[in-house]
Amino acid sequence: MPAGSSGTYHRRLCEGDGSVLPVGRRPVSAPLRVGPQGSRSGLPGTLRVSRGRRPCARPRRTRQVARSGVGPAAAEGRAAGISSLTMDPECSQLLPALCAVLADPRQPMADDTCLEKLLDWFKTITEAGSSLLLLQGNPCLVELLCHMLKPQDLSSRVLAFSLRLTGVLAAQEDCFQYLQQGELLPKLFGEAGPLGGAAWTSPTVRSGWIQGLRSLAQHPSALHFLADCGAVDTIFSLQEDSSLFVASAAGQLLVHILGLSMPGPAGGPPSLQAGDWPACAQKIVGHIEESLRATATPQITQALNVLTTTFGHCHDPWTQVLWVRLSPLVAGLLEKDPVPAAHSLVDLLLSVARSPGLSSSSCGLWETLAQTLSHLSPTQAGPLALGILKLQDCPQALRAQAFAVLLQPLACVLKATAQDPGPSGVLDGIVGDSMTADMLLPSKAACVGLLCRTLAHLELLLPLPQRPCPWPQAPLLGAAVTLLQLCGGSARPTSDAGRHLCALLLGCVRVQRAALDFLGTLSEGTGPRELVTQVFAVLLEYLRSPDSSPTVLKKAFQATFRWLLSSPKTPGCWDLDPHALLFLRDLLPVLQKRLCSPCWEVRDSGLEFLTQMTRHWGGQAGFRHALLASEVPKLTEQLLRDPESYVRASAVTAMGQLSSQGLCVPPAGPEHPGGQQKSLLAELLHILSTDSEGFPRRAVMQVFTQWLRDSHADVAGDTEQFVAGVLQVASQDLDWEVRAQGLELALVFLEQTLGQPRSHCPCAVTPAVAAPVGPLAQALQPLCRVRLFEFAFRALFDCDRPVAQKSCDLLLFLRAKTASSGSLQESRSSPHVASVEAALQRWQAGDQAQPLGDLEPEVVLAVLRSLDLEGLQGALAESSDHVEKSPQSLLQDMLATVGVLGGNEADCY
Amino acid sequence: MKLYCLSGHPTLPCNVLKFKSTTIMLDCGLDMTSTLNFLPLPLVQSPRLSNLPGWSLKDGNAFLDKTELIDLSTVDVILISNYHCMMALPYITEHTGFSGTVYATEPTVQIGRLLMEELVNFIERVPKAQSASLWKNKDIQRLLPSPLKDAVEVSTWRRCYTMQEVNSALSKIQLVGYSQKIELFGAVQVTPLSSGYALGSSNWIIQSHYEKVSYVSGSSLLTTHPQPMDQASLKNSDVLILTGLTQIPTANPDGMVGEFCSNLALTVRNGGNVLVPCYPSGVIYDLLECLYQYIDSAGLSNIPFYFISPVANSSLEFSQIFAEWLCHNKQTKVYLPEPPFPHAELIQTNKLKHYPSLHGDFSSDFRQPCVVFTGHPSLRFGDVVHFMELWGKSSLNTVIFTEPDFSYLEALAPYQPLAMKCIYCPIDTRLNFIQVSKLLKEVQPLHVVCPEQYTQPPPAQSHRMDLMIDCQPPAMSYRRAEVLALPFKRRYEKIEIMPELADALVPMEIKPGISLATVSAVLHTKDNKHVLQPPPRPAQPTGGKKRKRASEDIPDCKVLKPLLSGSIPVEQFVQTLEKHGFSDIKVEDTAKGHIVLLQEAETLIQIEEDSTHIICDNDEMLRVRLRDLVLKFLQKF
Repeated sequence: MPAGSSGTYHRRLCEGDGSVLPVGRRPVSAPLRVGPQGSRSGLPGTLRVSRGRRPCARPRRTRQVARSGVGPAAAEGRAAGISSLTMDPECSQLLPALCAVLADPRQPMADDTCLEKLLDWFKTITEAGSSLLLLQGNPCLVELLCHMLKPQDLSSRVLAFSLRLTGVLAAQEDCFQYLQQGELLPKLFGEAGPLGGAAWTSPTVRSGWIQGLRSLAQHPSALHFLADCGAVDTIFSLQEDSSLFVASAAGQLLVHILGLSMPGPAGGPPSLQAGDWPACAQKIVGHIEESLRATATPQITQALNVLTTTFGHCHDPWTQVLWVRLSPLVAGLLEKDPVPAAHSLVDLLLSVARSPGLSSSSCGLWETLAQTLSHLSPTQAGPLALGILKLQDCPQALRAQAFAVLLQPLACVLKATAQDPGPSGVLDGIVGDSMTADMLLPSKAACVGLLCRTLAHLELLLPLPQRPCPWPQAPLLGAAVTLLQLCGGSARPTSDAGRHLCALLLGCVRVQRAALDFLGTLSEGTGPRELVTQVFAVLLEYLRSPDSSPTVLKKAFQATFRWLLSSPKTPGCWDLDPHALLFLRDLLPVLQKRLCSPCWEVRDSGLEFLTQMTRHWGGQAGFRHALLASEVPKLTEQLLRDPESYVRASAVTAMGQLSSQGLCVPPAGPEHPGGQQKSLLAELLHILSTDSEGFPRRAVMQVFTQWLRDSHADVAGDTEQFVAGVLQVASQDLDWEVRAQGLELALVFLEQTLGQPRSHCPCAVTPAVAAPVGPLAQALQPLCRVRLFEFAFRALFDCDRPVAQKSCDLLLFLRAKTASSGSLQESRSSPHVASVEAALQRWQAGDQAQPLGDLEPEVVLAVLRSLDLEGLQGALAESSDHVEKSPQSLLQDMLATVGVLGGNEADCY
Repeated sequence: MKLYCLSGHPTLPCNVLKFKSTTIMLDCGLDMTSTLNFLPLPLVQSPRLSNLPGWSLKDGNAFLDKTELIDLSTVDVILISNYHCMMALPYITEHTGFSGTVYATEPTVQIGRLLMEELVNFIERVPKAQSASLWKNKDIQRLLPSPLKDAVEVSTWRRCYTMQEVNSALSKIQLVGYSQKIELFGAVQVTPLSSGYALGSSNWIIQSHYEKVSYVSGSSLLTTHPQPMDQASLKNSDVLILTGLTQIPTANPDGMVGEFCSNLALTVRNGGNVLVPCYPSGVIYDLLECLYQYIDSAGLSNIPFYFISPVANSSLEFSQIFAEWLCHNKQTKVYLPEPPFPHAELIQTNKLKHYPSLHGDFSSDFRQPCVVFTGHPSLRFGDVVHFMELWGKSSLNTVIFTEPDFSYLEALAPYQPLAMKCIYCPIDTRLNFIQVSKLLKEVQPLHVVCPEQYTQPPPAQSHRMDLMIDCQPPAMSYRRAEVLALPFKRRYEKIEIMPELADALVPMEIKPGISLATVSAVLHTKDNKHVLQPPPRPAQPTGGKKRKRASEDIPDCKVLKPLLSGSIPVEQFVQTLEKHGFSDIKVEDTAKGHIVLLQEAETLIQIEEDSTHIICDNDEMLRVRLRDLVLKFLQKF
């Protein structure tokens, strides 16, 4: 239902207060504004950034827009967030003034993001329609472009904008011809233009020139133009530009031109003879060949990067011909020592290998890859090896070689610490003469970097279906454990290399983190019992060590949880196995100590770990017994009063989980003298109503929702009183996430009351799936008693959009539910309904002081039906600045910043 | 230059440096580990302790010195680096005939006095009816149970000193401030520098005009309460004597403090008591500061902290008044004005209470669960003995060891079986090996001298090559009772020249930039200062006895032969010889120069860097001829 088109309630509201504000676009403020365009960030509960409530703000130009005549209809056209596809008359009227401003060097644009937006708009228009018509309809644009040719002190931003705009317009061939006739293009992009002038020193202009050409080069005429104006040579030189952006864009433009000049897939395979290629392509390929033969690494890098992009983006048959022609040169690079531009070379080879246009076996790629693997240093070869192993079809020998390269550093660690590389023998023979500890250990930085990268590569490889088989699980486990022992100082290497390695890695947090992550990933496989015992021992060592940094400790907790999850289970029993239970007995005292750590991050990770464990094994006897025998539940309860809000929030979640599993001990902290015990429910309610930080309050709401869902014993006793109490506190909360979570709780209660099975999207539920239990009025009574409707109606006009949206969804769901029954007598004419509607009007106007009082089900239903919920939902679905995003608004904005609009059109504030 | 090493304990050093006619003792630490051989001294007779099998009840303390190495009465000065390293002072100043001066900073002296006072108090308040000493006899010692019978050099163990001895020893101390230059007999200058380890702790520079020895003892680069370490002044040392590194190189103090807090909170939350055996100064200030920040967050605001020591009050108050010796942060607080340490606030809010002993107020205020800081860390004497007896039986309680000086297992031995939990959180803020290697790279001494323990990894962790000093050239190591000749020779001495004598000099330039002049003067030496004075004029002959005496006093002023300089170019010399009719000349190169052989004349001319010899058989004419030819090549002045 379109905004404001129906719904008596809204129409009456508009008439009532005489406001010209279109109802459908009721201003709502964003809970989080991140970008200049007011994009939304995340959903409730995903960010720990915003604290408290933001004041309700109206979008700046609302009234102005209304005045200038953009009605609801226009707004509807842009509802999907798309700007106008054609130039509307209002914009056409504004455009000459804007062009004049742009051409005037005395009126500099303060904000160049406007120019970007403007360009985006032009792109949208030209993509949807004819550029030629646009130019003809708006001669001011050509004037602007011509103006750029005059020698004057123009801002580099406007010049770059004009070049890019020209490119966008000339992308259509007819428009290109039109501009050519006026000699505009050669003048702008040729020697006569900014290329030869002082403006060229600005990287913005050079970048604009490249981007203009990039947009323009879409048709054969453009190719001729490029050849005629000598642009390709300029692009070659721009590859070495001091600005990285310009240099990179130049490379990409070359790729684009090459692709444009070569025949498409339909054209059949091109000849290998360069003489048969189009001139432009010959020139570019010649340049690449020359660069590949060069001695300077930057030149080689540029050539390799251009080729990488080419093979990555274009899979036409000619790419294979290109590779056949260039591969000897690329292979030639491997003969140099050291191999120049190794990283770019790796990228190129992987790009070629991934290209579906190339049949790898025929063009010697596998040989080149094998050769490269053996030529590169371990650090450089790692990414290549990973890339090769990720390839779908690749010779087994090459895969084996790549895997060996990847495993080298770890094999080296095992060898240095004189360990058996494992029964599987996969790591046997990897450490030949080529890879000695000395290569791995030239310096601490090199060693740490290589090991971290290796571990990360292997971690990426492990979950892939094409991972090497057999997977050397045991040696890798051994290597990860050894690394952790070396870093922790518990390894006792006997060889000199081992001792040296130990001195390098001791206390190295980076390797510790990487190895713990890797160890956690390895938990998905199994290992020999003694190795698993070692894994648990080393994890315990890390959890115990006073020197473990908080981040390392967090990772150790995560890895421990994963290993506990993977520990073998007795069939039919979900409890931890006996070994894991033994480990748990050692672990709980450590956890206890960590919960008392002076460092809040440690307490927080400890609590998160406890929550995870309880969620998984809370129902199992072994776990319950061990946990209840420890002090952990008691300490967790005490952390509800921690001074750090994050810790309080984690403690709330953990306590909620413990309580759900019946693992809670009655609280008896120093806060409750005289042995007076307070139930956890009361304690959490206290936090919800008094905690100064949002995170613990959000956590409480989540726990309550879960409790309600699970019919927790504390809740089931008197659910109505519980829900009423929680909703009352939540409605007063300043944090929008708490209010949104309150709606979630309300929804759960609603579903439980009305007997509707839970659906993920309540508004999408088709009505009348299940009839309510008993008459509707009776079913709605509990909802009225807990004042759910007052809470939901209040949320409907919440200044934070997600809350309003959620409330809208909830009410729509309820309306759908009740519509099906239809048994309730309509009572729209009742005076009570009128007073409720009046109160809601005041609420919408911002005055939420007045309560609704006790509502009867009939009144609620009547109000529900009179509300334009669909309209509201549509309005809320739009971002709050959809009005501001209109092109007209953009033009006005740009003009306003330079004061052209004058006083009468000034901002309504 | 020699170093006499009297202590084998790297953190309780006692070395004597002989340098330029001065004898300087560097620190005199008291190794008290032998007290672990004794039974605890309970305040009240403990039947359990008296009936322990295999233990005998003795009192006493130990001082291990190797006095036969050097006569300690010859020591001129004692330089103290920190209060832990002066605990043996009374033994030296009172019993060895020492008559020199002791130099130390004010906080070192004041806090050192507190430590000594506490020690004496702990020992004296449980007097023994009789004193046994026969057991020190080797024959009887053999009969004693292990480990006493295996203890080495029992004869050097001494009774604890008395308060009079302490006072007398401390009266010999002269107070110094950081960077203050102290002249020792005009021969050397000593300067204390901040070492960052404890209040008033110092490293020392001992230097003459041409030599510099740095003595680094008990230093810290961590930001705790004392003034930061002065590293820059240690640069350009010929020798750096390095002692007092951390005793627990594998424990990071930050991690240990975290561990301390966690265990403390865990115990107290479970209703248990925490006992912290500690010294009355030093790390305790940091622990209290840390707890000050932690107790609220851990919900421990209601738990009382008790600090029991005869010197508790003085220690807490002294720490607040030595503002100039504190780190910058704490110094600035004084100007606010605020007490530099937050324990003042803990005391004010009654969270921390301090008592001189268990008796009196403490007994009436005592409330459990609580945290008690008290001495002595060896668990052999002091109030800690009582708490160990009191709380040892309950597994709710915890004893947390923070001082690294004693093995906690040995300290606990007489209390076994023990139900109470024991946590070992040694907090040692002194330099670790990583910091040392950075320091050495920074200050680049020519030679490093250190205890032998630092030149190899600890025996228990022989693979930890990082736990040793790694420097170039390798450090010289010493062990107890060794005398070390320090590896550099004194080559220069500064001599002053009187202005009137200097005026009379007529320098002659022999090479560009180098001028020489002869000087005749009298060298006057007093207080290790050397001065060249003009020679007295020959007295006018006045006849008689007087003249004779005068001539005796005046040194003989012979007519001075001219001095020669320059070198003899061999080839030219040979040519000259040939010109003068010598033939058959043969030149041989030797290690030191050349030999010119005149075969006909059977004559040798030996030309070396600083001498030329003409060897010919009794032919004086020939010798003089040759001499004149040689002299032609040399300059005279």
